[in-house]
Amino acid sequence: MKKMITTAFATIALAAATTFGQTEILGAGATFPYPLYSKMFSVYESLYKTKVNYQSIGSGGGIQQITAKTVDFGATDAFLGDKEEAAMGAKSVHIPTCLGAVVLAYNLPGNPAIKLTPALIADIYLGKITKWNDAKIGAVNKGVKLPGINVVVVRRSDGSGTTSIFTDYLSKVSTEWKDKVGAGKSVEWPTGIGAKGNEGVAGNIKNMPGAIGYTELAYAKKNNMPQALIQNKAGKFIAPSLKSASLAAKSLPLNCKVNLTNTEVADGYPIAGLTWLVIYQDQNYGGRTQAQGAEVVKMIKWMITDGQKYTTPLDYAPLPKNAQVQAFKNLATVKFNGVQLMK
Amino acid sequence: MTNKLSIELDPRQIRRRKVLNTLFSATIMILSILSIIPLFLILTHIVKEGFSAIKPEFLVSLPKPVGEPGGGIANALVGTIMLISIATILALPVGIGAGLFLAEHPKSKMGELVRLSVEVLQGIPSIVIGLIVYMICVKPIGNFSALSGGIALAIMMLPFIVRTTEETLKLIPTTLKEASLALGAPYYHTILQVILPAGLNGIITGVLVSIARIAGETAPLLFTAFGNPFMNMNPLKPIATLPHLIFTYAISPYDDWHALAWGAAIILLAFILLLNFGARMVAGKFGMDHSA
Amino acid sequence: MTTTKTFNQRDLIFKKGIALNAIGIVVLLAVIFVTILFSSRESISEFGLGFVFSQNWDPIGLNFGALPFIVGTMLTSILALLISLPFSLAIALLLGEYSPKGKFTGFVRSMIELMAGVPSVIFGFWGLYYLVPHIRNLQMALGILPYGVGIFASSVILAIMIIPYSSSVAREVITMVPRSLKEAAYSLGSTRFEVITKVVLPYARSGIIAGILLSLGRAIGETMAVTMLIGNNNEIPKDIFAPANTMASVIANEFAEAQAGLHMSSLFEIGLLLFIISIVINLIGRLVIHSINKSGGK
Repeated sequence: MKKMITTAFATIALAAATTFGQTEILGAGATFPYPLYSKMFSVYESLYKTKVNYQSIGSGGGIQQITAKTVDFGATDAFLGDKEEAAMGAKSVHIPTCLGAVVLAYNLPGNPAIKLTPALIADIYLGKITKWNDAKIGAVNKGVKLPGINVVVVRRSDGSGTTSIFTDYLSKVSTEWKDKVGAGKSVEWPTGIGAKGNEGVAGNIKNMPGAIGYTELAYAKKNNMPQALIQNKAGKFIAPSLKSASLAAKSLPLNCKVNLTNTEVADGYPIAGLTWLVIYQDQNYGGRTQAQGAEVVKMIKWMITDGQKYTTPLDYAPLPKNAQVQAFKNLATVKFNGVQLMK
Repeated sequence: MTNKLSIELDPRQIRRRKVLNTLFSATIMILSILSIIPLFLILTHIVKEGFSAIKPEFLVSLPKPVGEPGGGIANALVGTIMLISIATILALPVGIGAGLFLAEHPKSKMGELVRLSVEVLQGIPSIVIGLIVYMICVKPIGNFSALSGGIALAIMMLPFIVRTTEETLKLIPTTLKEASLALGAPYYHTILQVILPAGLNGIITGVLVSIARIAGETAPLLFTAFGNPFMNMNPLKPIATLPHLIFTYAISPYDDWHALAWGAAIILLAFILLLNFGARMVAGKFGMDHSA
Repeated sequence: MTTTKTFNQRDLIFKKGIALNAIGIVVLLAVIFVTILFSSRESISEFGLGFVFSQNWDPIGLNFGALPFIVGTMLTSILALLISLPFSLAIALLLGEYSPKGKFTGFVRSMIELMAGVPSVIFGFWGLYYLVPHIRNLQMALGILPYGVGIFASSVILAIMIIPYSSSVAREVITMVPRSLKEAAYSLGSTRFEVITKVVLPYARSGIIAGILLSLGRAIGETMAVTMLIGNNNEIPKDIFAPANTMASVIANEFAEAQAGLHMSSLFEIGLLLFIISIVINLIGRLVIHSINKSGGK
């Protein structure tokens, strides 16, 4: 028996030793940029032989796992609040990686193009509009034949940055929403079914006639789902696209920690947001080596420079120039025992 | 009751009873057949959806980035094998040891306590085991790993191994043990060289069955093994497994990934079937040895 | 002399080693229990007994209660039992009483064993893409919200999953009904139907109940298939088609993202409740089986 245990440990040690040569970076969080990240990390592995294992478990999960120090980086599309930053126990930095649009995708017979006003979206998610042929929807969509089927509301079940962007938008455009539900990564939904991740929401919409749900543009496009045109603050109905989402990011504050929803820009899409990586500013924690910290920084630097060329083909908007500059500045503050890690 | 025991001879009454009897038998047959229909639906559905995904490269290549066609499940295959190995290595010695103890001290107070513990362990929902291993392994080690996934599976395996070991050893005639001891062989020698080899087939059967049970477990791996799109051979790093891969791909919106997941489901089911079949073969051999 | 002594010493070490493994299992169980209790301490001290009766689940306001999940779990499990009961009884009677040996029976038995081996995640996967569209059509025909997923979908899948368990315990007890009893009934001119309803089932009653309890224990803790089909809604379900969450599914959904503190601790307390409920149901079930085995052995 003893022999068995010894052999077991020897095998484990051997296997560990043979693979220790390779660096592996572990990240977890937002599902919003997952299609992009999975492409970037696949390319990065072929370029530098560094494996970046990214698990899309939701922004809430990303923040929790980086706080618990079980991952090298967390990913979120809702920047950390003061309380969350304090919970991390040490200083952290946010690095924006790309820009995305949250779209309202739906599944209707024949999939007609549909326009939605902020009030309609709030009413649908408050459970006040329950049929697609409701007069209020019809008033905005004259000439569109709307079926008399139920509106099936789909939303997230996990803590999500996409939810945070969407509910932040709803809170800005509807006082009733603000008072009853509010904004956050997970809220107490008045109606609908919960799905796990942007993947789950898209999957549910795809399978359910009459469904409507909010999901990242890339998910809707990849699955050929129609996306509603949304009326912005200037009163224009805007189709979600990379261009209209980028317009929303025209004016960015210095630290990049900002919600881009309900933009004032005349042609800007109103439900857009940045997505971030979060890492500890001092990479010397939990027995990590300087080499590991340097690998993480090198990988993130690649994401915000060369990696940006993978954004547009996958329906994400690249970082605007001002955001990229700020991302660099933030990354430059990451140190190991006082030594700057970015080269 | 007693006064009704006299046999009713009214022919209509007899016919009624006969009809009722036939109806009941038919209902039993129909319900039995109905209950195995879902299995056929599942099997045909999996094969229909997944067969196209199984090409030679399916077993040896890694998953592609989201939305790109092709790719395989090599990482999950390796992961499942590694987790099962870790779990077996950890659970086997303890399980056999405890099973031996129970077989040797069936009536002792300690024996009762251990038996109760085994029964309680067996009843713990798998998701709860995931929670606990996250707390006692993942957090102290500082990251998700194949090792912690293996520990979670080992905890699930343990009760089965203890029980099959105990039950197998109980079947071995005490004369065998007495003969060995009477010949002057020491106790440990008797156990290791006589009793355990005599029960080997039974124990192997138990181990195979318990591996078949844990091979498809997903819930305890969500917060322990965590998943990995790359090939990983390091037990201290996160790792992909077949059931976890099926779960994540199943709830995704991509048709390519669904096809991969159905393919992975075929492989996983085939693996479990093979284990069960192997267990039956070994058990059959054991039964013959025993009667001979 | 010296060799015997070392033999004796080795024997002692060997016996201690075996005992250590056995104790190890008791210790493991204690560690599991203490870990889960310790991890739920914050939520226990914050919400007390009210946790079980509160239907709040608010990760932002940090106010938590387990009632929606307890109701969701009980509803899915009990509905699953009700659906599966006629089927598992039929199988138990077929395998245990009608023709324990025939070819058809052998086939049914292998199929049921095969069914027990199908992993939960595969049941869930199939349920999502085969069962749910059918349920959705049914819901459209009934004029209710066509979610498809929800309590009903989960219960149907659970019912299929537990048939092998409830039927196997019931079958064992049915085969234990003394032949003399049945023969006496037959010789009095009873039909098979009468023998089954008046002799076999009353005699095997407690075994059938034990089987039901064991499958209930299994249904309650079932995670993956339910998580995929329940619809993830943290409210008390209003009807059997409503999307809901069970204790196991809410842990699977929220644990990875729960903030250390009350949210995580509340999930642990749900785990603790789940642990206790399944253990109690399991132990009662096994107790019933043990007492049958003992009295049956006499």
